[in-house]
Amino acid sequence: MNIPSELKYTKDHEWISIEGDVATIGITDFAQSELGDIVYVEVETVDETLDAEEIFGTVEAVKTVSDLFLPLSGEIIEFNEVLEDEPEKVNSDPYGDGWMIKVKCSDLSEVENLLSADDYKSLVGA
Amino acid sequence: MKNTALTKTHEALGAKLVPFAGYNMPVQYEGVNLEHETVRNAVGVFDVSHMGEFLIEGENALALIQKVSSNDASKLSIGKAQYSCMPNEDGGIVDDLIIYQLKETQYLLVVNASNIEKDWNWIASKNDVGATMRNLSDEYSLLAIQGPKSIEAMQSLTSHDLAAIKFYNFEVGDFAGIDNVIISATGYTGSGGFEIYVKNEDVQQVWDKVFEAGADYGIKPIGLAARDTLRLEMGYCLYGNDIDDTTSPIEAGLGWITKFTKDFTNSEALKAQKEAGVSRKLIAFELDERGIPRHDYEIVDAEGNIIGKVTSGTMSPSLGKGIGLGYVTTDFSKVDSKIYIQVRKKAIPATVVKLPFYKG
Repeated sequence: MNIPSELKYTKDHEWISIEGDVATIGITDFAQSELGDIVYVEVETVDETLDAEEIFGTVEAVKTVSDLFLPLSGEIIEFNEVLEDEPEKVNSDPYGDGWMIKVKCSDLSEVENLLSADDYKSLVGA
Repeated sequence: MKNTALTKTHEALGAKLVPFAGYNMPVQYEGVNLEHETVRNAVGVFDVSHMGEFLIEGENALALIQKVSSNDASKLSIGKAQYSCMPNEDGGIVDDLIIYQLKETQYLLVVNASNIEKDWNWIASKNDVGATMRNLSDEYSLLAIQGPKSIEAMQSLTSHDLAAIKFYNFEVGDFAGIDNVIISATGYTGSGGFEIYVKNEDVQQVWDKVFEAGADYGIKPIGLAARDTLRLEMGYCLYGNDIDDTTSPIEAGLGWITKFTKDFTNSEALKAQKEAGVSRKLIAFELDERGIPRHDYEIVDAEGNIIGKVTSGTMSPSLGKGIGLGYVTTDFSKVDSKIYIQVRKKAIPATVVKLPFYKG
């Protein structure tokens, strides 16, 4: 199980990488492996400003549909359009080419609510 | 939770096991898309030992089967199998099944795992003709060896000429060093192959030899997730999704296994339904835009009126688009009809198509 130590995590199995006030968000290696082959990533909230915990999109595996929850409040400024044609990148490279969205954070103090790599490791029992 | 005789083998292969119809079953090994492609292009093996097997025998075995089965089992002969369903008295379906004629007065009925008890009680309640019934479900294992390379890959395991067994025919004989194995040219994938019925104590040996024989052909174990995408690409009904206690065989497009050449449970009402026409029909559809239909999503018309419901849906691994089955009011059931699938907040346009989705 790959859980990079430099990233932040949520209990919903998302990872967050922060540069300045922009957060890049995806789902973890654990999440992609639990979901199995991912066949569709739908994000139709680009340019919208949402609160933390709101649904920003949906990830569909062959057998299941899962909502994606925004870990940090802010404006969704970019969707990884590579995933439109190659959703399987989420399986093959969840922390790299399989990233999902970039968010311009409106409240960086929320970062304190995120899990560290060690917290996330114990959450998934890795 | 019950295990099959191969559960430990699946665990050792790294399968993800999930509860299904009271059994601990492998849903996937390496990944559903890879497994799906393996069956479409090479050969794959499913452990479907959860399926139920009933032996019906005696002078009046056929009489009992004819009462419960919608298809005409008098058309069978020894060595032939038949797909059928058991209608209930209220216009619905108790289960779908395969009937094998083993001997002059001996038949094997293969039913869905989730319905074993219900089917047993149902058939027993209709048995006023004195047929002998035996439930072999806990004694027999079933392997489905499916894919275009099945014949070539498995020929070395038996003295029977596999290429000579026609679709929905079977032989009883030697396979993988075991005698009295049912080698049946059936399966629910649309890619050809065999179903192999053996006793639980013999299935590990058969499994091992099947993988040995298939090694050069790229054989892989296949889970239930790929079984579902494979059957759905063919438009085969899944009990509990596309057919159930409330759907009639006529509505479900199972008229071809509903033969009014004899009497069976509810046959008069179903005949009247066929003549008068049904108000809803099971249709196959493809999405015109990106999206994935799922069980229970609503089907709507251009104005947003609800006209039906999706019963099965997936992203087709072979076609790369969303496909599904669902019931709609008969007005929308013609091929090329435009319908919409309500996927979360969006109504995605879809077109009614002819089956199968996957044409080989």
